[in-house]
Amino acid sequence: MSVKLNTRQVGDVTVVDVAGRITLGEGSSALRDTLRDLVGKGQKKILLNLGDVTYIDSSGIGELVSGFTTVTNSGGQLKLLGLNKRVKDLLQITKLYTVFDVHEEEAAAIRSF
Amino acid sequence: MRENKNRGSEIVERFLDSTLESVDSAEELALGVAERAGFDEDDLMKIGMAVRESMVNAVVHGNRYSAHKKVRFSVTHHDTRFTVRIADEGEGFDFDHLPDPLAAENLMRTSGRGIFLIRSFMDEFQMRHLEPTGTEVTLVKYTVSK
Repeated sequence: MSVKLNTRQVGDVTVVDVAGRITLGEGSSALRDTLRDLVGKGQKKILLNLGDVTYIDSSGIGELVSGFTTVTNSGGQLKLLGLNKRVKDLLQITKLYTVFDVHEEEAAAIRSF
Repeated sequence: MRENKNRGSEIVERFLDSTLESVDSAEELALGVAERAGFDEDDLMKIGMAVRESMVNAVVHGNRYSAHKKVRFSVTHHDTRFTVRIADEGEGFDFDHLPDPLAAENLMRTSGRGIFLIRSFMDEFQMRHLEPTGTEVTLVKYTVSK
């Protein structure tokens, strides 16, 4: 599998640990399905931990945007944690870095909700 | 399938199926030639990404995953130029009027960033319509700064 997703709860914040490649196909659809599932269950505070994401393509970026929109439209918040240089550079190039609330440290990210 | 390796140059050509597996294959082939051409890790990442985005466009948007359509893929390293050419058999599209993904009204779109990223990562990028049908893209990265 190109991507591995693990969901855990820290208080009222749902942390989704994402590892591997978020690319067109299995990777991007797995992320999409997970976020939609969480929104469907009424989760309002979602933290995507991208610390172990090794690769993301434009489809993966599209899923981050889609997830952000879906969560926001449902009255929730989606934040990002642990971007490596590659992902950070991509979000900056595409001018999305300032759209997301990005954190480097989990405890601070949790407190920010 | 064609491969040719002479001192200081290399050519790899393939006809690939219109599948996502071909996207992986193309990336792997391109990175192999790029590595032997001497690109550093940062440039290898950019090349890999540009090739993937171009292949996805050919497979998904051009050939629409058709089992009857192939993607013509070639990687060439000669002198200071590393060149990738990818051609599909699709109906073509108006690439002269693509929406700007950085424009405020497009920023939150879930697609439309592929070509922008390719242009960002490569030193040259060209698109042309093929006759009777199809689109070919040419990606170039210099092995030394110009």
